[in-house]
Amino acid sequence: MICLTEIKLIDDDGLRLDGRKPDELRPIKIEAGVLDNADGSAYVEWGNNKIIAAVYGPREVQPKYLQDTAKAIVQVSYNMAAFAGDDRIRPGPNRRATEISKITAEALERVILTGQYPRSSIDVYIEVLEADAGTRCAGLTAASVAVADAGIPMIDLVPSVAAGKADGQLVLDVGKLEDNKGQADLPLAYVPRTGEIVLLQMDGHFTRKELEMAMKMAIDACKEIHVIQQDALKRKYTPQSSVNTNEQEAEQ
Amino acid sequence: MKKTIIPEIKKEFINKLADEGTREDGRGLSDMREINFETGIIGTADGSVRLSLGKTEVIVGIKLQIGTPYPDKQDQGVLMTGCELKPMAHPAFEGGAPSMEAVEIARVVDRGIRESGMMDMYSFCIVPGEKVWLVFLDIQVLNYDGNLFDAATMAGVLALHNTMVPAAANELGDDYKLPVTLWPLTATVVKIKNNLMADPTFTEENAAYARLTISIDDNGDIRAMQKGLKGALTYDEVIRALDIAQELTQNIRASLQKSTGV
Repeated sequence: MICLTEIKLIDDDGLRLDGRKPDELRPIKIEAGVLDNADGSAYVEWGNNKIIAAVYGPREVQPKYLQDTAKAIVQVSYNMAAFAGDDRIRPGPNRRATEISKITAEALERVILTGQYPRSSIDVYIEVLEADAGTRCAGLTAASVAVADAGIPMIDLVPSVAAGKADGQLVLDVGKLEDNKGQADLPLAYVPRTGEIVLLQMDGHFTRKELEMAMKMAIDACKEIHVIQQDALKRKYTPQSSVNTNEQEAEQ
Repeated sequence: MKKTIIPEIKKEFINKLADEGTREDGRGLSDMREINFETGIIGTADGSVRLSLGKTEVIVGIKLQIGTPYPDKQDQGVLMTGCELKPMAHPAFEGGAPSMEAVEIARVVDRGIRESGMMDMYSFCIVPGEKVWLVFLDIQVLNYDGNLFDAATMAGVLALHNTMVPAAANELGDDYKLPVTLWPLTATVVKIKNNLMADPTFTEENAAYARLTISIDDNGDIRAMQKGLKGALTYDEVIRALDIAQELTQNIRASLQKSTGV
């Protein structure tokens, strides 16, 4: 406790604990189509976050009384593996996971063309294998790639990232210690095509001005993440042979 | 929570009224319904409030117990917020384990209060690493007519201001007033068509496209936010919602403080 409160989240050169600039994202790698059984899937490595998302559907609604005669329902189950955190996490649903599942489903429902699949369910499973702050944003980012990978029509992908405040300064893509010791955290998801915010939460302490700047920072970063998402899908759906030929040509 | 279907014609009516700047109950778009409350109504609770916001009615009870701290917060007390949406309060509520909606309400209320710093959790420590006060804030909904976020937060804050720490019963000296000073409040705004509406009723909530709850402290700074429902908001709409929330919470805070004699 004595030493922890002394930690400086931003050094004299204006860099963060992991060497990032205040408005710099952690390295993000996304791969689409990583699971065989699922209709769509995606794996994301985001800093030390390791998250896998799977999509089943459109399929029969379970339980049946939830079905909507006009459109598909979107059900999300966000879960952290028992070994994903510093301490072991007791398996099973908890209140945090329940809340994240709910807001993630609401964010995805906005972009999926649910009207095309009445009486059916689109089930999204997000498993956090290793957690390093920002799992809800990384999970949603991966989940929307998985939905696209499942071939489900949607208006856009949903990039998501948190902005926050560390040592009184606005920072993008809040890291683990910044999350624990920082002053604010603002997870946001943005639909680039429509300019809409589909996930927005915040806790901590922002003045009105800081809040507006943090939102803008997160929106700008979402546009960067959007490109990474698209690349992941392009990589999967570019025919392997032509990729190989290109590489061979390049080598020659 | 069971799904409630609002007839399309009703939605159109609400939209039309909103375009004209009014609502079914005659309120303006950024008006709050009437707030009434009574404190200290439950003898067995250490603090309690019964609050009505229009026809929405909740009871919040505070209970303090002695327990062990969290391993990573050895010198701090613990705040635990629970919410139950029982079938008595609305036909859409079902029995059984807390629903997703109940969990969300509890967590949003908890966050608003916790992040405001209204409770100095260090002052709830008795013996570091061994004994701390566990503060349980439980929300019981009696009648549901929308906007439980604001009603429950208001009731929670009022109940904490009404709480006596049961020190004597735990052989820790005389009972004393729970050390709280601030008045964090939330304002919930829904988007209906292109209009923003504060303090939605049940019908308005179900006709709405998106919802935003904003928690604001005594200085007008933002302490927590939560977007809900299946629609989206633009950046400009969030800014408009912030304007509404900052003004509303400031007015409500003044009137709550006045009626509790602060």
